[in-house]
Parts: sequence; C-alpha cells; structure tokens
Amino acid sequence: MLEHLKPLSSLYGISGNEDMVREYIIEKIKDKCEYYTDNLGNLIAFCKGRRSSERKLMIAAHMDEVGMIVTYINSDGTLSFDSVGGINDDVIAGRQVVIYNRNINGVIGSKAVHNMSAEERKQSISVSKLYIDIGTHSKEETEKLVSVGDCISFASQYTELGGGKICSKALDDRAGCAIMIDLINEGTEFDTYFVFTVQEEAGLRGAVTAAFGISPDFAVVLETTTACDIADVSGAKRVCELGRGPVISYMDRRTIYDRELYDLAFHLGEKNNIPCQTKTMVAGGNDAGAIHISKSGVRTIAVSAPCRYLHSPSCVAQYSDIEMCEALVRLLITGINEL
Amino acid sequence: MNIKKLISDLSTIHGVSGDESCVVSYITEIIKKQTSLQCINNGNNLVVNIGRREENKKHVLIDAHIDEIGMIVSYIDEEGFVIPSNIGGMDYRILPAQRVMIHGTKDIPGVISTVPPHLTDGKNIIDSMEHVRIDTGYSEEELKQYIYPGCTVSFDVPFRELSETCVTGKSMDNRISAAVLTELASVLSKEELNCSVSLLYSASEEIGQRGAKTACFEINPDIAIAVDTSFALTSDEDKKHCGNMTEGPMIGISPTLSREISDLLIAAAQNSKTPYQLEVMSGMTGTNADQFSVSGCGVKTCTCSIPIKYMHTPVETVDLTDAENTVRLLAEFIRMVK
Repeated sequence: MLEHLKPLSSLYGISGNEDMVREYIIEKIKDKCEYYTDNLGNLIAFCKGRRSSERKLMIAAHMDEVGMIVTYINSDGTLSFDSVGGINDDVIAGRQVVIYNRNINGVIGSKAVHNMSAEERKQSISVSKLYIDIGTHSKEETEKLVSVGDCISFASQYTELGGGKICSKALDDRAGCAIMIDLINEGTEFDTYFVFTVQEEAGLRGAVTAAFGISPDFAVVLETTTACDIADVSGAKRVCELGRGPVISYMDRRTIYDRELYDLAFHLGEKNNIPCQTKTMVAGGNDAGAIHISKSGVRTIAVSAPCRYLHSPSCVAQYSDIEMCEALVRLLITGINEL
Repeated sequence: MNIKKLISDLSTIHGVSGDESCVVSYITEIIKKQTSLQCINNGNNLVVNIGRREENKKHVLIDAHIDEIGMIVSYIDEEGFVIPSNIGGMDYRILPAQRVMIHGTKDIPGVISTVPPHLTDGKNIIDSMEHVRIDTGYSEEELKQYIYPGCTVSFDVPFRELSETCVTGKSMDNRISAAVLTELASVLSKEELNCSVSLLYSASEEIGQRGAKTACFEINPDIAIAVDTSFALTSDEDKKHCGNMTEGPMIGISPTLSREISDLLIAAAQNSKTPYQLEVMSGMTGTNADQFSVSGCGVKTCTCSIPIKYMHTPVETVDLTDAENTVRLLAEFIRMVK
C-alpha cells in the first residue's frame, strides 16, 4: 500500500504544470480504468464497480503543489520570481530549487548575516527581494538557459523520520493521489470517478471544471490538512494531530461540509477501528470549495491526513494516518452508495 | 583526486565546531592515499608537515578551518521536540522548515518546526534561537535512546552543481579551503622546497578561532596564511566590501596583517599568472589570521580568501576555478619563500 507516495512526492508539479505527475499516474492506472484528460489538465478516471448504483460518486485529490514561477531575469543573471500558492516567505530563503521544465538547478540565497544591520536581522523576509542564482553571471548567459514563466520547485529529499513519520515536499496532496492509485488498482465496490485535479493551490481551478464535467451527486475530497501539534502550541491551536487518524472537517474557509456524510465517516471509523478526528479551528480550504457548489450542488466530504509544515519543502505526515485515510475512503465508497 | 570530488565529499561530511572528527578522518585518509606525508592529529586539529624543518629555513603555516556552523542539542521536551542552541552565527529567519541531522549514537534526521501560512499572517518570523525547535518524529522516550544534550546538529542538504564550475551545499565555508590544502599537499609533496610547510586543518574557528590559537603556538611558524572564504558580490551586498566570483583568490591587506606577506602573495600571483583580487580590511580580519599574527612572539601573517556567496546559510555557493587558482597561488607562494 502507498508504494506510490515516495515517487509521487519527489516529482515536480506546481499549479499549471502538473504534466510529470499526470504522466506518472496514467502509467500506473491505464490498465485498470477508463480515463481522459480535460482541457485544464485534470486526469479523470472511471472505475467500473463490482456493483452499479444510481448515485454518481466522485473522489478527488489534487496533483499540483506549491512552488514558484520565474517573473524576470536580472542583469546579474539571477532570476526574480513569485510564489505560486500560499507559501511563507521564510521557508523560501536559503533553499535549493530546480527550474524543472528546463532541468536547471538553483539556489535562493540571502545576504551574509555578517553584513546585516541589527534591524535587517529582525525584518521579515520578503519574496519580492529574493532571487534565484543558477551559477550564471549575466542576463545573456541566463537567457540561454531559462525563460520568464518557467516553473520552480523546491529540490527537497524524501526522508523517513522517527515514529513512522515521513518528511517531504508536496505530501499535499500527493498523499491523496497515492491513495487513489491504490484504490483504482484494487477495484471498487461501486462505480466511481477518480479525479486527479490541477491548480488547487492557485484557487481550486481544476476542481471547477472536473466537477462540471462529471456532474456527481456525491464527492469525497482526499487531502492533507494543517496539523499544528508542535512544541509550545496547545489546545485548539493545534488544529489536529499526527497519529490520531483521518481528519474529517465540519467546516473550513471554503466549505461547510455535508453533515450526514460527516456523521457517516465517524460512524464508519468507529465501527471499523479507524480513529477519526476533526479540526479544532476553521482554517484552510480545498477542492471541496469548488466541488460542493458545482451545478446544483454536490454533497461533499473531505478526508484528510494531518500534516505539519504544509506548503513548505518539509511537510511531515504520519504514514499510518495516510493508510487509515485510504481504509476510510474505501468504506465511504460503499457507505455513500448505501446511504 | 580532483577538487570537485573533494569538495562534494567534504561539504556533506558533518563537522560542527567541536565535533570535527569525521572531517579529520576523511582528510587523513585522502592524504595517506595521495602522498607519503605524515598526518598528526591533536584534538580535532590535523597537521600535515611537508619538508624537513631546519634552523636556516623559514617555516610556513598554511591553515584552513574545517569546522562548520550548526547547532547543539540543549534539551528534549516531553513531546520529543529538540531545543537547540546555535554554534556560530547564522540568519535565524531562514531556519523554518530547514532539514537538519542530529549526530547522536546514530544520525537522526529532523526538520525545524514552523507554522503554516493557513494559520498565520506570515509575520511570525523567527529572529532568534529562542523559538527554534527540531521535529524528529520521535517521542521523548524513543529519541533519548539516540541523542542527548551536547549532540551537534548540522544542516542536511546535498551537494549540487549549478554549472560546470559553480557548486552549492552546506559548509563550503570552509571545506572549499580544506579541499585547496589537500590539493596543495599533493602538488608540494612532489617538490624540493626552500622552506618547510605545515598544513593546518584547524578546529573551532566559528566559535572564536580556538583551534588555530593552540595549533599555531605549537607549530611556531615564521609565516602563516589563513585560507578562508570571504564575501562575493551579490545584488544585495555592498560592492565595496566584496570580491567577485571567478576572479580568483582574494589577497588580504590590513593593518593587522603583514604587508610583506601580502606583497609576496601578489608577486606569486603575478609570477604564476594567477588571477587575484585584493581584500582590504581596516583592522581585524575575522579569520584565523587574527590568532596567528599575535601567536608567540608574532608571526608574519596574511589571509587568502575564496569568494563565497550566501555565507553561513545551507546554500553556500563557490566557484571551483577560484579554488583551483588558490592552489596555484599558494604553491607558487611557497616556492618563493626563501
């Protein structure tokens, strides 16, 4: 199970250029389902179930990750850039990056601390002042290698941490993609549409057209969500915790979730020894925000793996939580069809 | 061994100040493989002597510090988060979500905690060590089987090539100079010299040039050169205080350095047609040279620096042509010492 998590997380695919991820997924599912790619780049797979149903169910996870885009080539050969998706600027400075549509390595450096004033050392880092160094010395030299509009991803390793945890870029939402590949390969109880969406981090764009195209009655969004169970944070501010199972949200900044489905998830979890938790803060948002208001409305639920340091090169998740999300979604496919 | 292979190995080995033994072992092995020179290990200082020391011959010390900036474990909290202290100066603001390796009874990977943008306004900057916490995934009980207060923490970042000659990684400051000294050993071991030489790979520079102080007292040279890295120009630095990448080693000139040696280095560069730059400082140099010049009854000292970008970050960047030219300059310099 989840054999695709590591290779998927290591692939580069910021919003708007998810090709590498999509090609990998097609390779892994092509013999097990019917599939097509829509005009935005969403990969839509249909799995014929062992049983058929009147209800049309769509499961969605996004392929894109946060990253950066080249906006300008400076006279000294460095690249100015903007972030794609919400990234705190302090996790951008001092990193290795890759301009992946050109296969060019770069670094985002920062001024030597020795040469900073006391005031500078306290200022927050601003992406508008950062630049990427690709080892060139002039604009002309850089222009031969890179173009404005090129896509930039963090170059970060996939690392196994202690306690069954993993650390990687893009666990948000390759974890969801890895689960869906597993489910497609094992076959589903009922007919199911699996949608690998694009551009979630750029404002839930892919989910808009995917949901319109499929026109589902029910949707399950498979995600990762903000866990803040870290040192010196207590109570509700922890939002959710690693190792305590799938997170079922009642509400976030984009969606109020279907109450019956919310209850169903907890009920199925309880019956099958899958611990479930909810978020203790209304924060974030995901593809559900676009899906649940598609056409005349779609009954929607989100099942998320809790994940620390989201939108950084070093997301940390617990393997068992992702496994339990997979188990819960499998149960939900049947549960929703039998509601 | 070529300098790229040397620096790719040296950059990824850990050696936070006070914990340089892995760097010492690696260099000792390379020197033994490439030359018949003896390696003398004193604490975490490593000395390689070239030529016989004689009364009427000058003795030259060429130094490169081998320690790197990093952190040290101070405390492990009840949930297993590690509270570290810094070793050496760094820009704390770039620490969130950086990967680190804690060197305990085995190496434990970790990541520096941060709060994601969904829960902040992006303004919760870390500007001191006070709020830095390392997440290893382990519980307190599990983690304490592997690490304890006093274990060092280094950045965990791979060596990477940006271009054919431009490379990046952690601890380029000052492993690039350690690579230069190692190449220099290979070059000089085959030559008859008019002076004798000690190559010093020194410990604990980043916390106050401590290894250099004791080693220089012990070696008692006539001339000392501190080979280190210095600021290369980037768009956010002041060009009055920076050298330029690919324009060669930076020869120091300062009231605290020996002008005679600065001039001899310049002559050596001109003799060997090696590109060089001048680095003028108005007082102390912030390098091991500050220890050498006042060691014993005084040593004629100069600095020779390799331009580096983004100093004391996990993405320090250097150009290998500058390192190769530094080998050339120093070899010529030593040939000229009479």
